[in-house]
Amino acid sequence: MKNCALLATIVFLSLIVGACSGPTDEQQSIDTEEQSTDVAMENVDTHLKLLYWQAPSTLNPYLSGGTKEIEASSLVLEPLANYDEEAVMIPTLAEKIPTLENGGFSEDLKSITWKLRKDVLWSDGSPFTAVDVVFTWLYCTHEEMGCYRLNNFTDVVEVVAVDSHTVRIEFSKVSAHPYFPFVGSLVPILQKKQFEECLGSRAQECNEQNFAPIGTGPFQVTDFRANDVIQYVANENYREEGKPFFKEVTLKGGGAAASAARAVVETGEYDFAWNLQVEPEILDSMAEADRGKVLYGVGSQVERIIVNLTNEDPSLGPDRRSQYLDGTNPHPFLSEFAVRRALSLAIDRSILVETGYGRAGEPECNIVPAPDYYVSDSNDECKVQNTEEANRLLDEAGWVPGSDGIRAKGGVRLSILYQTSTNSVRQGNQALVKQMWEQIGVETELRNIDGAVFFGSDVASPDTYQKFFADVQMYTNSFDGEDPSQYLRGWICSEMPSPDNNWAGTNIPRACSEEFDVLVDHLSSVTDKTERADVIKRLNDMVVLNYWVIPLVHRARVSAVSNKLKGVTINGWDSELWKAEDWHR
Amino acid sequence: MLKYLSRRLLFAIPTLLAISFVLFALLDLAPNDPTGDLPLTIPPEVREEIRESLGLNEPFHIRYLKWLEQFFINEPLNFIEQTTGLTIGDSSSRFRVRSWLTRSPVVDLIIERLPQTLWVVGLSYVVGILIALPIGVISAYKQYSWFDQIGTFVSMIGFSVPTFFTGVVAIVIFSAWLGWLPSIYDTTHQVTDLPSFWTQVKQMAMPVMVLAFYNAAQLSRFMRASVLENINLDYVRTARAKGLRDRAILVGHILRNSLIPVVTMIALGVPTIFSGAIVTEQIFRVNGLGQLLIVAIQGGDIPLVQTLTFIFAILIVLFNLVADILYGILDPRIRYS
Repeated sequence: MKNCALLATIVFLSLIVGACSGPTDEQQSIDTEEQSTDVAMENVDTHLKLLYWQAPSTLNPYLSGGTKEIEASSLVLEPLANYDEEAVMIPTLAEKIPTLENGGFSEDLKSITWKLRKDVLWSDGSPFTAVDVVFTWLYCTHEEMGCYRLNNFTDVVEVVAVDSHTVRIEFSKVSAHPYFPFVGSLVPILQKKQFEECLGSRAQECNEQNFAPIGTGPFQVTDFRANDVIQYVANENYREEGKPFFKEVTLKGGGAAASAARAVVETGEYDFAWNLQVEPEILDSMAEADRGKVLYGVGSQVERIIVNLTNEDPSLGPDRRSQYLDGTNPHPFLSEFAVRRALSLAIDRSILVETGYGRAGEPECNIVPAPDYYVSDSNDECKVQNTEEANRLLDEAGWVPGSDGIRAKGGVRLSILYQTSTNSVRQGNQALVKQMWEQIGVETELRNIDGAVFFGSDVASPDTYQKFFADVQMYTNSFDGEDPSQYLRGWICSEMPSPDNNWAGTNIPRACSEEFDVLVDHLSSVTDKTERADVIKRLNDMVVLNYWVIPLVHRARVSAVSNKLKGVTINGWDSELWKAEDWHR
Repeated sequence: MLKYLSRRLLFAIPTLLAISFVLFALLDLAPNDPTGDLPLTIPPEVREEIRESLGLNEPFHIRYLKWLEQFFINEPLNFIEQTTGLTIGDSSSRFRVRSWLTRSPVVDLIIERLPQTLWVVGLSYVVGILIALPIGVISAYKQYSWFDQIGTFVSMIGFSVPTFFTGVVAIVIFSAWLGWLPSIYDTTHQVTDLPSFWTQVKQMAMPVMVLAFYNAAQLSRFMRASVLENINLDYVRTARAKGLRDRAILVGHILRNSLIPVVTMIALGVPTIFSGAIVTEQIFRVNGLGQLLIVAIQGGDIPLVQTLTFIFAILIVLFNLVADILYGILDPRIRYS
């Protein structure tokens, strides 16, 4: 006991000494740094330090839906092709992108043939072949697997290894965009040799494999600690000579976004920090230290308000509330076009951006906000707040302000329950929108629900975004990769959540238009680029000009990069670490 | 004594079973969902398959009984196998308690996290005690002196200012402005020689001091009150009357007697070391048990939350027993029969 106390005292004293003798220590490190730059350039720091404030739980992207796991595994695992910062497909493990022009994509639009690169080795030295690609498909589509990427393999009936470096993917239906399987960091190739024993329900038990997958990427895993830290070293068998430039990578997890930004931009302890949802003024004040900069990667994320077109009146009971019921259960006032349009016109999106997002957001009027060639301009009037027009619309429709300033018609008051997930930026925006709607005589009650509950799929919970027991709700959605066809399919009539499908549906506004359904089906056979863009724009317009969805802000990914790190291209369409092999000092 | 001990231990079993059931039921009733965190681009049908693969669709009592079997039979058996190298039964098909987020056995995760938590939180507890006891004794002995006033003031600050504030202030001062200490704890750092030991000391300095400050503030108040209570008792007057020196009275008589309640306080606080200082671990990224628990709660990882909280419950029951026994040893007037 005495010894213990003594030991503790020594440690305690050394802590104090440690705090006091700091400056000399720092002085020394500066000195040595200067010397090293003088003496030899090749002796520079070859250790890359990444900071992810949400720590990765696994390195198998098929067992996790989180972005953090996708990013962490993208240093190791690679798909056949990636998306670059402009959402253009670039071949990674494939020699080229198969298209109709080069014959890789069949004329009947039902099969696609990928030629694989022949110079690729797994980090254990064995060659990468078509067998691995076929295996990855089998792995994810195994019925006991619970694969998180199953929707990337929708309509795939067969993946065939034609020869050792050719893979043919066959679809059951005509598909004008056959690039969902194996394109983008969400669906990389796993090594068959390593994962052979992990099929189906055994996938859960393959700890060693899930924590240290063998890959073809620039780095390989040496140490994985779940929800804490990952260490990588350079992959000696990487196909590009002399790359990657870093010998070691540490990906540290945990903490919060603001302190992660500080560690890169203000103290310079780390090289890269990811997903910094921090109030803009805090980021700006940190950036004054000038040790790093903040980068914005634009993708397809749009923060939007969803309008409930069905009646959500609690008195209807669980059998009718927020259900379409073949159109017999319309919302008392949100089913009226003029009201929805007025709600959209009354919002000043630039104020929402300024207060909540700063440079990480832009006012948005579309649900397909990018890439440029898919962006429609028919709803651009929404970028400017127009309270007069909104008021005029409501007057014209017969909504008369009552003594309390709230408009009403035939005993129905324009009183809205507005829900969203708990998050300081969202609550700030909610309050602002409430004020804006007050100006057009609409009363708003605000409500926020914990994200895990709101986005959860607990059928018993009344608070999920899918049950939508509110008039309007706000959240962000996006699409994976460049093509929004699957995303737009989310608004077809049959996708409406209801008890029949356990409230599992993506048509959250409960909108139903035959014209939309026909056009979405048509999209899957349109291959001409201009015609395709035209159809996508028309579909987008139907959603936003019918005001089923009121887009608010086009959000960007925010990352911080140290001034010591060079060669970083930020990417809003794929993993942000997509080109880590090019990063250097 | 032995009879008392065995009776207490026997009583602990139904208590713990009841706790485990309540925990499980609470977690089950809470509207949390492991697929709730996923991006909206993952469609509902896929979520349903994921829930199926996690075994979430089984009825409540089946899942509870499964967990009981995994925790009380499979995990101990597995532990014995790993430590002794023996094989008992069909060990490869034995199900272990697995985390939903990481798919790895929960016990392995906990073992991986223990060192960080014990070093940082445990050391801060020790440091806190070492600061608190002398301050408490001197404050009481020289009641209302300037030392007592300052001590009271400082411990009031320590008591009322939360660690998420002191922690961030410390980071801003020592990391951002002065640049002396790292703001991020490196859990992979290994102490092999003197310089690496020094690095370890530096990275531990801030979290340990912030937590120690908080712990010390509570304990020193407690110590002060306890000494004050004893200082005016008859036996102290008797000792004075015998002509004993002040120091002898303080150390030999007052301190011993006033330590009795403080020691029990300290023993009761030990389980909090294991549950980690959730907030402090988050701020300094110490990623110990506290951070593991918070990640598990946020991710709806029920097996991990259940197992962790249950282990904390075991520790609390155990250290309550330890405190009771210590009481008997320190104070001969108390006898258990």
